[in-house]
Amino acid sequence: MIRSRAARLPVIVSVLAILAVWLAASPHSSGQTAQRTVASDDSRENGLAAWDQVYSVLTHPRCINCHTATSYPQQGDDRHRHFANVVRGPDGHGVPGLNCATCHQEANANSTGVPGSHNWHLAPLSMAWQDRNDRPLSSAQLCRVLTDRSKNHDMDGPALLKHHAEDKLVGWAWEPGRDITGAQRTLPPLSRPEFAEATRQWVEAGTPCPSGR
Amino acid sequence: MDTYQLTVNGQQRSVTVDPGTPLLWVLREELKMTGTKYGCGVAACGACTVHVAGVATRSCIVPVSLIGDRPIVTIEAIGDDRVGKAVQDAWVAHDVVQCGYCQSGQIMSAVALLKDNSKPSDHNIEESMGGNLCRCGTYPRIREAIKAAAQQLK
Repeated sequence: MIRSRAARLPVIVSVLAILAVWLAASPHSSGQTAQRTVASDDSRENGLAAWDQVYSVLTHPRCINCHTATSYPQQGDDRHRHFANVVRGPDGHGVPGLNCATCHQEANANSTGVPGSHNWHLAPLSMAWQDRNDRPLSSAQLCRVLTDRSKNHDMDGPALLKHHAEDKLVGWAWEPGRDITGAQRTLPPLSRPEFAEATRQWVEAGTPCPSGR
Repeated sequence: MDTYQLTVNGQQRSVTVDPGTPLLWVLREELKMTGTKYGCGVAACGACTVHVAGVATRSCIVPVSLIGDRPIVTIEAIGDDRVGKAVQDAWVAHDVVQCGYCQSGQIMSAVALLKDNSKPSDHNIEESMGGNLCRCGTYPRIREAIKAAAQQLK
């Protein structure tokens, strides 16, 4: 019996040693957890910083004028109601006789000052980035709307990145042409590559949203 | 100056103009089709409305270079269309026109509405015709004529 216990001792020691090594390497060890928390915090902070950049573009008139919460689009840097009694219509393309395409063609009409791009239309009401008084949503509110897949055509992070980086109508914001006075329309605060990169950083951080209202 | 091949009221037409020339002036000045009117020049009144590929289009602000191969229909030929004929007949029957300047655009928009919506409500009519202005204030008769045309087309 004694010989038997003595024979087991090296086995027990070995098992304990392996366990100790495993615990030390385990992410559940306190040191690793702290490191991961720091890394996670850093990632969230970086993601939120990237979101601030994204938000600055989304709330620029070239973008938000077509993300209204009302029955009409807006226009101009002062975001006034679209002239000529233009209305949203059932699918965001206006109404028969007064569609978006009644004026907006496949490209900008610089000789007459009318902007245009492929499939010109309003974003659906579920993607409104303003309140019903035409005030942009707060950063936290807009982030929640943008990432709500029940409201955003079921776009996950990569799909949002693709939309921001590649969609042709989104891209019009950086090629908005000239207005009726011949003046160049203003551009969003970031270039499109910068906007796409900020979106990528935000997506890779898990699309974090600011807390609060 | 560039040369464009346009399909206007079913006919091939060739025009050589500056690419930025609005379709309105191609119709009126180059093709001498003066039924389409110049009102405001900024798409605010609807007097210049024609159909481009079936879509009511403000010809005063669409450069000819953006038309492509899409067919154009103007007030001169809208009566050849079943809906267009019904609208024109209703316009006459309800004596819609006063001075008449805006009416070609009004008719083109009304036809576009009825081709999409065979039984428009008052609200539908207000929204679809809201971009067509009439200084004579013939709006009540326009509304009645659209409803009469819809009834006749049933």
